[in-house]
Amino acid sequence: MSPNAGPWIGAAEPRMDGPVKVTGTAIYTGDVALPDLAHAVLVQSTIAKGRITGMDIAAAETAPGVLAVCPSDGSLGLGRVASYYSADNGPMGDGRSPLSDAVIHHHGQHIAMVVAETLEQAVAGAERIRTHYHREPPLVRIEDAIPQTPPGREDIVRGDLTTGLAVADVTVEAYYRTPPQHMNPMEPCATTAHWVGDRLTVYDSTQYVNGVRDALATAFGVPTAQVRVLSGFVGGGFGSKGTVWPHVLLAAAAARLVRRPVRLALTRPQMFTSCGTRPATRQRIVLGAHRDGRLTAIGHDGTSACSFGENVVESTGGSTSILYACPNVSIRQRIARVDMQAPTFQRAPGRAPGSFALESALDELAHELHLDPVELRLRNHADTDPSSGLPWSGKHLRECYRAGAERFGWDPGDRTPGTRREGDLLIGSGMASATHEMDPGPASAYAELRVDGTAVIGVASHDIGTGTYTVLGQIAADVLGLPPERIIVRLGDSELPDAPPSIGSQTVAYVGPAIRRACEAVRDDLLATAVADPESPLYRREIGTIEFGPQTFVAELARIGEPSVSGVGHHRPDANSRYAVHSFGAQFAEVAVDALTGTVRVRRMVGAFDIGRVINPRTARSQLLGGMTFGLAQALMEATVLDPLRGHVVEPHLAGYHLPVNADIGSMDVLFVGDPDPHISDLGARGAGEIGVVGAAAAIANAVFHATGVRVRTLPITPDRVVTGSAVGP
Amino acid sequence: MRSFAYTRPAEPERPWAELDPDAMYIAGGTNLVDLMKCGVAAPARLVDIGRLPLADIAVDAAADTLRIGALVPNSDLAAHPVVRERLPVLSRALLAGASPQLRNLATLGGNLMQRTRCGYFRDLAMPCNKRVPGSGCAALDGEHRGHAVLGTSSRCIATHPSDLAVALVALAARVFIDGPNGPRVEPIEAFHLPPGDTPERETTLGHGELITAVEVPLTALGANSHYLKVRERASFAFAMCSAAVALELREGTVRAARIALGGVATTPWRAYAAEAALVGLPPSTAAFARAGDAATDGAVPGRDNGHKVELIRRVVARALGTLVGPGGAEGFGTAAGEQR
Repeated sequence: MSPNAGPWIGAAEPRMDGPVKVTGTAIYTGDVALPDLAHAVLVQSTIAKGRITGMDIAAAETAPGVLAVCPSDGSLGLGRVASYYSADNGPMGDGRSPLSDAVIHHHGQHIAMVVAETLEQAVAGAERIRTHYHREPPLVRIEDAIPQTPPGREDIVRGDLTTGLAVADVTVEAYYRTPPQHMNPMEPCATTAHWVGDRLTVYDSTQYVNGVRDALATAFGVPTAQVRVLSGFVGGGFGSKGTVWPHVLLAAAAARLVRRPVRLALTRPQMFTSCGTRPATRQRIVLGAHRDGRLTAIGHDGTSACSFGENVVESTGGSTSILYACPNVSIRQRIARVDMQAPTFQRAPGRAPGSFALESALDELAHELHLDPVELRLRNHADTDPSSGLPWSGKHLRECYRAGAERFGWDPGDRTPGTRREGDLLIGSGMASATHEMDPGPASAYAELRVDGTAVIGVASHDIGTGTYTVLGQIAADVLGLPPERIIVRLGDSELPDAPPSIGSQTVAYVGPAIRRACEAVRDDLLATAVADPESPLYRREIGTIEFGPQTFVAELARIGEPSVSGVGHHRPDANSRYAVHSFGAQFAEVAVDALTGTVRVRRMVGAFDIGRVINPRTARSQLLGGMTFGLAQALMEATVLDPLRGHVVEPHLAGYHLPVNADIGSMDVLFVGDPDPHISDLGARGAGEIGVVGAAAAIANAVFHATGVRVRTLPITPDRVVTGSAVGP
Repeated sequence: MRSFAYTRPAEPERPWAELDPDAMYIAGGTNLVDLMKCGVAAPARLVDIGRLPLADIAVDAAADTLRIGALVPNSDLAAHPVVRERLPVLSRALLAGASPQLRNLATLGGNLMQRTRCGYFRDLAMPCNKRVPGSGCAALDGEHRGHAVLGTSSRCIATHPSDLAVALVALAARVFIDGPNGPRVEPIEAFHLPPGDTPERETTLGHGELITAVEVPLTALGANSHYLKVRERASFAFAMCSAAVALELREGTVRAARIALGGVATTPWRAYAAEAALVGLPPSTAAFARAGDAATDGAVPGRDNGHKVELIRRVVARALGTLVGPGGAEGFGTAAGEQR
């Protein structure tokens, strides 16, 4: 068997967690049943800036069933956990110690916690709390803040932008705006904490069990070995569960305080204030090009909103320097500090809003040049990474354009806006490029072969709804010669071998190889022992000629009298890689726009992606479809609405924060283009987690322009913006 | 999350007998339970009228009307053959609202009584004259892209959320009410009250009164009707702007017209001027555009919802156009629409 491909890698295996999820028997954090479980709820600030001058808690303390009331006075004594977004780079999304003082930094900040026998009693107790504030007017709008350079952030400059613009035959300059967003996973954040002496067990809905473990150990001053974090199923994260937010510490503090297990689940409205947000962006793109379309200059200035306490940059220009071959590039990233909650990374951070601006501007340039947008991108194809000069580990972007255009039925001759009409509807098509990198995290894993003919693999990674259980099982299946249903996959447990957070499109690409190493280790150890043992039927056999499978290891384990053997494997991405590693793609969209009402409906989308080796086309397709759907959301509806004076989220619920329903989604097609990546790992798989979002909004916006002649540069593209046009200035 | 009592009326013909001052009726509960969860409604007692015998739909052949019991679920009403055939605007408006699950529970009477979706109304920390009279209106200087431009006052600019009620206004429906002071009947457009100085009063219902039925005339006007709802999401979203239109055409001219608007006004809004702009004229794109213009009569946009005025023009014109066949409306000019 070739080391790189067996029967299971590449198979469209159904998800092994499917049956328990559709039958409702999967145990999520909020389902964990513990004896004597108490419930905590959080009270949140109703102002965006100022301080608490008084809080009446007596009525809450005496409410039926209430066990404890914790105001924001520091009495919980939590140690400070380093912020993810500061130089010390800890696991906390928001470096402040929760409930530590009376200062209000943002609307929805936790200001008290009530613990009670039942959830209803905790809620009733919390409603009895009266808070008095000294209010200060908050700074809310990004336009009212002075942009500043984020600490430690340098502009990216290649060549000279001014020169590049001077030699251009055609220039395009445009301003784009994207709104704040919230992740809104189906499962809101929840934590269940349980102390036994100095040992803490926490069930948490998280993308990072080890980060939660480390944060809790720091906050409570106990060794990490005494903290165990479990997260068997996660109902979506999208970044909201990627760092450790205050409610996690508070749940554990509550459990310590009342000496009982405590559950703390955020409500849907609290999800809008308690676990990060994608900040609003304002972007300026300037492009210069020769008449033939070759780019002479790309300028990308992005400003994103940020809280005063963190240094979070929504890197809108993050992929701009690598996407096109262009000698003169300037990328400037600024933050505008406003009185908001800590922003954080949300699905395709930077790339989702950044690609909307860049790929819209490319479309504007193609229109100016009377050039097919696909051809424009082909003429600027970057054969090597223009920012580092390194060759790509693997890149089939040209194939993505070609295959996507063919499947879509892209007509390069039909690019005049506002010319295709079906009754009252204007029809248009648009496209965009997509790229996303992977956070290269080191990972370890273990594998165990058991005499009953099954295997167990484990790693402190997570299945955040993406199919990780299934895919890692397939990777192991090929090495162990076992069908996936005989492999037990263990994830979401901090006592398993170390893994990076399930963020940044890295799990399959970098945890997958660690699983493979672990499986190879246990297999090879067992075989090495066998071929050296005269008692073994495998004695003196050539290891490479042995077909490994249950028939081999069951007999061998029975013979030596061991119930199981195990091995550990590690994978560390090459920090000095001579290759630039990115996934690529091309997005195509067709829209129908009501000529009078401006209502946009996406009829068709085609995404062609090069993600290296596809381990499981079924789960990979789902992931990319989900990404494209979020791209459709970004294009047409998804936005967090803030009160411009008071700074709060006006409708913090899913009736007000719109995500697409089935009726919004027409035909969606995902194509896999490309080959196993020979340079990322011997698995050959790159990240597919986030790239499905990237470029989708631009493809739709470009299709709206093609349909109507109206260029909407502010997201989302709501009917009123189409009707009134979109005049956006500096 | 407060405790409350829950009862069913002991005297079904006089359910108000048990309606204490701090009690409320509940039927489908799709809006009230939601409001109780967010603390906007805090009744001490719920009187469940869901089992009262008010769930019939009946054609009165003599009067040529359709009488719809107040407890008819929205889904049943939308699917009723007479509604589908002879009152298409009603069926379409119902199906444009909420989700199938909600429509299965939500009732006709409850739909007419539903409260606004204004985010400040639903947020106890915010001033809201509708929720706490005299506390102020945060939407005026706050976020109001989705708020009303018609029927507003200095106290309140919240929209009425119903699609169904807008269709009923276009159909000249009448609301049948019963209560402690005896039965009464009211035209639908008088039932909902503009906010004026008392935005907390949304309908003419007194305490203890309840809707028992709605009667809709089965006319040629109603048979040639349409509901158009504009929103950024294809389903399960409240209207940015909607129009219920009904035209009676004879010998090439408009004999009668009823036009009502949703999502842009504080009540289900009858656009009298738009109706007047059509009657006696042949239907045409130009006439429909003029009707759309007239539908904006009296509109007072705020800082951020001026687009609603333009949407009204276009939605009315488009909705009317569907009643005379396709191709009745101009689109975006390539040159005019493109802005830099």
